[in-house]
Amino acid sequence: MKVSPAPFLFRGGIHPPDSKTATAALPLKDLPLPARLEVSTSQHLGAPAAPCVAVGDRVTAGQLIAKASGFISANVHAPAAGTIAAIREAPTPTGRTATAIIIETDADAPAGEPPYKPIPDWREQAPRSLLDRVAEAGIVGMGGAGFPTHVKLSPPGDKPIDTLILNGAECEPFLNSDNRLLIERAEQVWEGCQIIRRILGAGTIRVAIEDNKREAAKALAAAMESAPDDAHIHLLKTLYPQGSEKQQIYSVTGRTVPMGGLPMDVGCVVENVATAYAVWDAVVNGRPLTARAITVTGDAVNTPTNWFAPVGTSFADLVAASGGARDNLAKLIAGGPMMGFALPSLEVAMSKTSSGLLLFPRECVRPYRSMACINCGRCVEACPLGLMPNELSQAAEADDIDEAENRHVMDCFECGACAYVCPARRPLVQHMRRAKAVITQRRRAAAQQKKT
Amino acid sequence: MNTEQQNTAAGPELVVGVSPHIHSGASVERIMLDVVIALLPAVAAALYFFGLNAARLIVTCVATCLATEWICRRLMGRNNTLGDFSALVTGLLLALNLPPGLPTWMAIAGGVFAIAVAKQVFGGLGYNPFNPALAARAFLLISFTGPMTTWSASCIDATSTATPLGMVKEAFKAGAPAPFAMDGGLTLDFLLGNMNGCIGETSAIALLIGALYLLYRRVITWHIPVAFIGTVAIYAAILHAVNPAASMPVHFHLLTGGLMLGACFMATDMVTTPTTARGRLIFGVGCGLLTMVLRTVKTGAYPEGVSFAILIMNAFTPLINRATRHRIFGAAEAAKREARK
Repeated sequence: MKVSPAPFLFRGGIHPPDSKTATAALPLKDLPLPARLEVSTSQHLGAPAAPCVAVGDRVTAGQLIAKASGFISANVHAPAAGTIAAIREAPTPTGRTATAIIIETDADAPAGEPPYKPIPDWREQAPRSLLDRVAEAGIVGMGGAGFPTHVKLSPPGDKPIDTLILNGAECEPFLNSDNRLLIERAEQVWEGCQIIRRILGAGTIRVAIEDNKREAAKALAAAMESAPDDAHIHLLKTLYPQGSEKQQIYSVTGRTVPMGGLPMDVGCVVENVATAYAVWDAVVNGRPLTARAITVTGDAVNTPTNWFAPVGTSFADLVAASGGARDNLAKLIAGGPMMGFALPSLEVAMSKTSSGLLLFPRECVRPYRSMACINCGRCVEACPLGLMPNELSQAAEADDIDEAENRHVMDCFECGACAYVCPARRPLVQHMRRAKAVITQRRRAAAQQKKT
Repeated sequence: MNTEQQNTAAGPELVVGVSPHIHSGASVERIMLDVVIALLPAVAAALYFFGLNAARLIVTCVATCLATEWICRRLMGRNNTLGDFSALVTGLLLALNLPPGLPTWMAIAGGVFAIAVAKQVFGGLGYNPFNPALAARAFLLISFTGPMTTWSASCIDATSTATPLGMVKEAFKAGAPAPFAMDGGLTLDFLLGNMNGCIGETSAIALLIGALYLLYRRVITWHIPVAFIGTVAIYAAILHAVNPAASMPVHFHLLTGGLMLGACFMATDMVTTPTTARGRLIFGVGCGLLTMVLRTVKTGAYPEGVSFAILIMNAFTPLINRATRHRIFGAAEAAKREARK
């Protein structure tokens, strides 16, 4: 049998209601091509891509419109044929601004050849050429962080990778984009996963899926029928944040990534299922990453839907296609409810990392008052890293940033488990972020001083 | 004092705030309300066994604590905190920790001390190092030793003016045998709460029902009550095994004095006790050891030990927290890697 419970479990974590039923059974729908796409040059971690088209240029579907500019960066392509209407600063779904290329799309343009040469015989090709394809196709980690995939797939020679973990946990409540992709396109995801393994030269594939998504696990298991015996699906206990890289590596392999280290330090690479799908599309079909699955849901949208939509679609268009927002819309969240970003407006475009768009009604967004810590210890129990969020937040509050730094606030990845359980409604994540920002600034200043 | 900010933008008015955007729904108010609910069986037992005196003390302490809280916050120019119910809990717990005959004005003094001195001087809920109700009890005990150790107002046993622990201590001090045998009938009386003592501490059964409710609601964890009561049991068992003539059996120690009230409600006060499971075990064991030392050392004047044991351990809470921090994920591995370099 290729499916079994995960052998380990990280310490801590929380059980928020999964709120996935509204969209769990809805098949992915292709979004009708929007009239305008606002394609950001910063949809990934690292340096923004440099635009290589000018206003007025005509572009074809899949054409390169911004080039990776630096070691950690990623190409950006036109999701559809059309005309470049503008190149200007625009807000990103992560609350920053970056240069965006605005395309007036041409719905009548004939579907042309794929921009890159399909490699259906990838099993016979050198891993290097497959890696190059991943890089040209502008693929980034689609689970949220958006780290350029080709960089992740080129570990230094002294870090041998023996295990590839395919991350299908989707532990964020509300989201079903990865779930639907696994259910409907399991064979493609599985082939993408095998391509990644070939690039890495990794021996073992481990798939991690939370045990509340059995249909997805079943679909993938069927696709894996012919897989080598060592490939295996592990059902993770439904517990937030199982989808977090380091926690997942522990749950699946029992290995602990050293503090401040990377998965490759323990011989692992973790790739999201949407990323694996994008790798399949880029290698087998020669298509760059320009579209993705995104769940639009929440009690303030009329028709919750799982879309397969082009990158650059404005959230306003996405909401309009989902039957429109209800009058009680009070909060708009790009991503999941635990780590997503609340946006001030619908006039923001989705990116390669947008797995969900949540519309929360007024009832879910009541104002609250935060109180002094009552020392209940629930955050301490919830923290998947073993940090003491109570003490860290008190240190940050007292501006004792040194204390916060000594107590490893920099390791916090802002999963929000502590703030979720806090009965005093303390803004724990906010305190961590502030402490981290101050420390980062200090370190940068210190590095500058060293140079001069 | 963070409330999410309203942000007016084009289109609908959207609220912007830091993640996470969902919350468990837990609140300080609900936790305090759960403690009040959990204390209801003990309150009922107090009213049953001590009648009007119990009612008088409960009403006095609760009213005093609420009024003091309101006045203190007003004088300090801070927000009104009556709505978090913590002053209500303190008032109830203080009343349950008083002997039935205590004059009303002394109970008022205790309530004022609990809120004004033991809590608000430090900044209010969350900042107080000692359990306010216990600090007030200690204050009353030192200030009014006589009234605080006079039990003759008990409605059931007018012949005795001491608590079981007091009678035992005096007897053993004098080298006399145990003043009564812990037979089945007496054990049942003690279990139900039919004995001299503070109005809320005598009924072990009522207190245990409340503790089970708190466990069910996950307001408390098992660590402190089990470690505390377990330590008392083991300590008593050893003493009794070594010298049965000059010590009482285990169930006597478990059912008398403030052990159940202390272990289930006072030593589990979140603010003044450790945050980690290991820390709570250490805290509970410490309380148990101190309780038994105070109870059984013959040179000691005071037969009860629970409240002082908890107060002393409260002082150690910051130290225990520091010593029992969780192992940070990957810290050991990072240290190993560092060592290899």
